[in-house]
Amino acid sequence: MFIRHEFFEKNAIFLLIGTLVTIAIGGIVEIVPLFTIETTVEHVDGMRPYSPLELRGRDIYVREGCYLCHSQQIRTLRDEVERYGHYSIAAESMYDHPFQWGSKRIGPDLARVGGKYSNDWHYAHLHNAQAVVPESIMPHYGFLAETPLETDDIQSRMKALRTVGVPYTDEDIANAKADLLTQANPDADSAKLMGRYPKANIVPGNGHEVTEADALVAYLQMLGTLVNFADTSTERLQQ
Amino acid sequence: MPTKIEKDAISGQDTTGHEWDGLKELNTPLPKWWVYVFFACIAWAAGLCVLYPSIPYGRGYFHGLLGYSSRRNVDADVAKLVDQRKDSMDKIAAMPFDAIKADPALMEVALTSGRITFADNCQPCHGAGGGGNPGYPALAAGAWIWGGTLTDIQQTVTHGIRSADPDARNSAMPRFGADGTLKPAEIEAVADYVWATFYGHAEGKDVSAGAKIFAENCAACHGDQGQGNRDMGAPKLASKVHLYGDSREAIVHQVNLPRQGVMPNWGTRLSPGTIKAVSLYVHSLGGGE
Repeated sequence: MFIRHEFFEKNAIFLLIGTLVTIAIGGIVEIVPLFTIETTVEHVDGMRPYSPLELRGRDIYVREGCYLCHSQQIRTLRDEVERYGHYSIAAESMYDHPFQWGSKRIGPDLARVGGKYSNDWHYAHLHNAQAVVPESIMPHYGFLAETPLETDDIQSRMKALRTVGVPYTDEDIANAKADLLTQANPDADSAKLMGRYPKANIVPGNGHEVTEADALVAYLQMLGTLVNFADTSTERLQQ
Repeated sequence: MPTKIEKDAISGQDTTGHEWDGLKELNTPLPKWWVYVFFACIAWAAGLCVLYPSIPYGRGYFHGLLGYSSRRNVDADVAKLVDQRKDSMDKIAAMPFDAIKADPALMEVALTSGRITFADNCQPCHGAGGGGNPGYPALAAGAWIWGGTLTDIQQTVTHGIRSADPDARNSAMPRFGADGTLKPAEIEAVADYVWATFYGHAEGKDVSAGAKIFAENCAACHGDQGQGNRDMGAPKLASKVHLYGDSREAIVHQVNLPRQGVMPNWGTRLSPGTIKAVSLYVHSLGGGE
């Protein structure tokens, strides 16, 4: 084997091919199991794609760089499970493109912030975090409540996600705009929205237009609420 | 191809046999200690592969001889913690409030547990020490909307207010202005009456028109003396503490388009023992009844 080394050193094209084959072996060993492995993403009930309003809220979360201070990943550490709740599982970010696990933990973890505070609290806190939490160092995001939400491209955004595997149906996409407006209007009939997106949180809105703050609050209030961990256990997640 | 391997006179090492314009290359081997450490690392890696989860295959992976799993580990860590606290937390969960208060050692555990739980979960709205924020009741002030006994607090924490819980405390002040029940002038009149009578700003103004509107629309819940009604969650108006601030504008706003504050139902997040502990802590802040 080592005798052939000279052959590769003296024939550049074979050296390139040999290098490619060697690196490919490493890549295949790491990547291929992910195509077939059944344990990568746990089978849990309750996960669903984001509702249109949540999806827009998530886009704003990414745009504003919330992930730079907030993680969305409860690690398998006792203190984190004590404080935030059940550790995060892969299935909970299977519709995330890209995921928002984050790495900096300047603010608290947000993986299970949904339902922890009221809608009103989130609006007040986004407007001026220090008004409700004096020791907070979070910047003010009051402009979100004054910025109308761009809603015309919602179908394109959902179609783009569908091409990378998020199971939005044609019906979901056809009703995207209506669902978005319904979720920001407490007086609207939300039965169809809830049928498509169970546990969606209706945000109060300001009565005349949907703002970016509405979308962000809808997204935050959904985080970590979809999977019912009372029905599952580490052994069942392990498969 | 090595053509002429020779011994270097100065270092005593063999050369590689390559020569470029008179320059020759020494073929110095790696230090022995380095080579042994290198082989030891390979052996170590092989050991890890055998002991810990490692090789993926088809539809699963090799779990390793030790059966290591960070998820099982954290389950065990949490179980150990629960076990450590079991004695006192079980007692707190099972005993009535009076019995807990009669046991100083248990009470200390409850207040400590309650303080930590409060800081993480309740403080963002109710403020440090239960000082309250506009729109979020000041727990230390004793201005209870739904009652300030230990069992009242426990009920509120467990089921929440206007939350998704079927047993949540629910009340909805009508939207007198937004729904057109009262005209803007009537709202101003009733605000004058409340401002003068219950907020203590009687400035010799005639508020009899407002008094009549109050008696017809507001007194059923808030009481004819503004004393409030805890069964309905109607706040006491004749108080020094007002949920949405002490201004006349706040009164007008609340009559026009009342805010319906929501408190989450913590029963889904906290254990019954923890809820009792946090209830005892809240009760101890200065407003308990």
